[in-house]
Amino acid sequence: MLEVIINGKSRSLTGPVRISQLIQEMDLLDKRIAVEINGEIVPASQHSTYQLSDGDRIEIVGAIGGG
Amino acid sequence: MTESSNDPLVIAGVEYTSRLLVGTGKYKDMDETRQAIEASGAEIITIAIRRTNIGQNPGEENILDVLPPEKYTILPNTAGCYTAKDAVRTCMLARELLDGHQLCKLEVLGDEKTLYPDMPATMDAAEILVKDGFQVMVYMNDDPILAKRLAEMGCVAVMPLAAPIGSGLGVRNPHNIRFIVEEATVPILVDAGVGTASDAAVAMELGVDGVLMNTAIAAANNPVLMAAAMNKAVKAGREAWLAGRMPRKAYASASSPETGLID
Repeated sequence: MLEVIINGKSRSLTGPVRISQLIQEMDLLDKRIAVEINGEIVPASQHSTYQLSDGDRIEIVGAIGGG
Repeated sequence: MTESSNDPLVIAGVEYTSRLLVGTGKYKDMDETRQAIEASGAEIITIAIRRTNIGQNPGEENILDVLPPEKYTILPNTAGCYTAKDAVRTCMLARELLDGHQLCKLEVLGDEKTLYPDMPATMDAAEILVKDGFQVMVYMNDDPILAKRLAEMGCVAVMPLAAPIGSGLGVRNPHNIRFIVEEATVPILVDAGVGTASDAAVAMELGVDGVLMNTAIAAANNPVLMAAAMNKAVKAGREAWLAGRMPRKAYASASSPETGLID
């Protein structure tokens, strides 16, 4: 089990989990998003290899309307 | 020349036909957003970067599906950032999100009441972003000296406010906007504070290269119609600027010949 924080909310994941698996589980596959782990951007090209660790702070952001 | 048919706006080496840039916030729904943006004729549209919907609203439409980057030049902003660090972080996320896209709108806010920019923090962020290869369009006060500094630092466009963001007060200090235009080495765009079509025309008649607005369109009773009005106002203002206005006079000057009058 991994305890992580995704967009400010705690979540338990049954590990080991890669970013791509998390994205798929969250229905965000092929969506325009950017992922940051512990303050560092993880490029999309590394999502399928990057292993999440216990305690990771994950930010998943997207575009919304704004001025 | 009968109209400004070949008069492109050039930002970071890219030519645009429209001199109106619009935001995509505050609309009723995605359909109204799309219709208003279309009516505005804008080619550059701003978006904001926020935590993504993680299952709260499944099936919610994404702004980039409604306004695709293949059709529009997307200008991610740093709205809501009060520090240089947050603004830089937001631009980095936007670049990742948009597949390496370098164009960004930098704004670092100073306080919630005025939403005036924190200029020292804006300068710090601009320096970091320019060094990192970003093409920075920077929101700023209507200060001619800071405008010059930001252009020298390598920002691709300098965007003084007309009035506070979302205030709709129009151009509060036309003299400063003129000073900024006179010394400009990069495109100058009025960003924020326009309230209605005449405000946009006034800005363009001061010689700015373009106008960026959001609330003036989105908060109108009929946003799509206001978008169409803004589209025309920006063009009319540009043509009036290119045409060169008549001098102001204190007294009347008859328009019809004063000779040959009937006795």
